[in-house]
Amino acid sequence: MAVKTLTIDGKTISAEESATILQAAEEAGVIIPTLCHLDGIYDVGACRLCLVEIVGYTKLMSACTTRVREGMEVTTNSERLRNYRRMTLELLFAERNHICAVCVANGHCELQALAYEQGMDHVRYDYCYPKWEVDASHRLFGMDHNRCILCTRCVRACWHIEGAGTKNVSGRGNQSRIICDLNDNWGVSKTCTSCGKCVMACPTGALFHQGSTAAEMQRDRSKLEFIVNAREKKQWSV
Amino acid sequence: MERIKIATVWLGGCSGCHMSFLDLDEFLIELADMVDIVYSPVVDCKEYPEGVAVCLIEGAVCNEDNLELLHKIRARTQVLISFGDCAITANVPAMRNPLGPDNVANVLQCAYIDHAQDNPRVPMSAGIVPTLLTRVMPVHEAVVVEYYLPGCPPSADHIKALLTQLLGGSTPHLEGKQIKFG
Repeated sequence: MAVKTLTIDGKTISAEESATILQAAEEAGVIIPTLCHLDGIYDVGACRLCLVEIVGYTKLMSACTTRVREGMEVTTNSERLRNYRRMTLELLFAERNHICAVCVANGHCELQALAYEQGMDHVRYDYCYPKWEVDASHRLFGMDHNRCILCTRCVRACWHIEGAGTKNVSGRGNQSRIICDLNDNWGVSKTCTSCGKCVMACPTGALFHQGSTAAEMQRDRSKLEFIVNAREKKQWSV
Repeated sequence: MERIKIATVWLGGCSGCHMSFLDLDEFLIELADMVDIVYSPVVDCKEYPEGVAVCLIEGAVCNEDNLELLHKIRARTQVLISFGDCAITANVPAMRNPLGPDNVANVLQCAYIDHAQDNPRVPMSAGIVPTLLTRVMPVHEAVVVEYYLPGCPPSADHIKALLTQLLGGSTPHLEGKQIKFG
C-alpha cells in the first residue's frame, strides 16, 4: 500500500494514499470540525464545515472528500477558515427555524456544539422563517423539517447501513427537503424497516423518537458503529 | 466614585432572563455598590432616562411599543446587550413568523376567538394595546447591539461573567462553555 507524505498545520505526517485529508488529520491528532461526516458511511461534503486551505489551490476544499497527495500542504485553522465556518453555521441557523429552547436535541445537538465552539453568540443574517411541516405519522419516530440542515446523514444511513432506501432528498436549493419513498408520509412507508438508524445518525433535533420533549433526545450511535465495524472487519460470516 | 447607570428592559419575552438576573443572589449586593439601576421592570420609573451606560435588553421586538422604546434606548444608551435568546434570535415569540404575512390576524384569532370560553373578542384599544408587528425581530435587526448574552435564560454565572468584564473596563467576551443557547 502506497503512503503519501504531507503537512497538516505545519506537522509532517504520512497517510495511506486512499485516505482523505480528514482521516489523515484525525490520525495525526488534528481536529477538523465536521457536521455531515459520520464514521462508517461515505462522505458527501454537504455541510462545508471541514473546508481547509491547500497551498496551490485558490479554492477551499472539503477535508472529508479530498484525498491526500504527496507534498500537500494543508491548513485547517486560519482566520479565513474561521470566518467561513462561522458564516456557514450562521446561515444554517438562519435558513430554517432552529428554536433551541423548545428543541428535543437542546444540549445534545451537534449544530449547537459547533456554534459554541466557533464562538457564535448571534446570527448576523436575517432569519428566513420558512414554513415547514412536521411528519409525526410514524409509530416510533418523527421528522421536523424546521430543524433539518440537509446533511443527508439519515439518507446515507438508510441506504448504506440499513439498505432500505426509504429516505431521499427532494427539491432544489432552499426548497430541498428529506422525503420518505416517493414523498409519502413516513408512517405509510412500505420500505421503512423502523430500524431507527436515521434517528441515531441525525446531528440536530430533526429526527426524534416519538414522545421525547425538549432537551430529551440523546443519540446512541453505538449500534451504527457496531454494524459498520463488524461489516468492515468482516466479523460476520455469511 | 460615580455609580454607573444601568438599565434592564423587558420586551417580548417571558421575564425568565430577569428572573435569572435576580438569581445573581449576593452578587446583586456587590452590584448595588457599583451601579445605579435607573430603569427596569423592578424599578419604578416610567420614562427611560438619558445618559445610561449599559442596558440589558430581554425579549424580541414584537410590537410597535417595543420598537419605539428600543429606538429611544439606543439614542440614550452607550452600550446595548442583547440579553437572552429572545433578544438574540427572536426565539419562541418568532414562531408566528412562519405563518406568513397574515400571522398577526391568525394568532389573535386563535388565541382570543377560537379558544375563548367567554366573550370572544380581539383586544383593541388605540394608544393602550400596542399593534403587533407583522414580523417578530431579534433586537439587532432593529438597532445596533454591542454585545450578546445567549441562553434561555442565560445562567446567573454567565450574566455575572459578562457584567464583571464590562464593569471592570474590559471588552466583554464570552467563549466556549459561556455561550449556550436554549
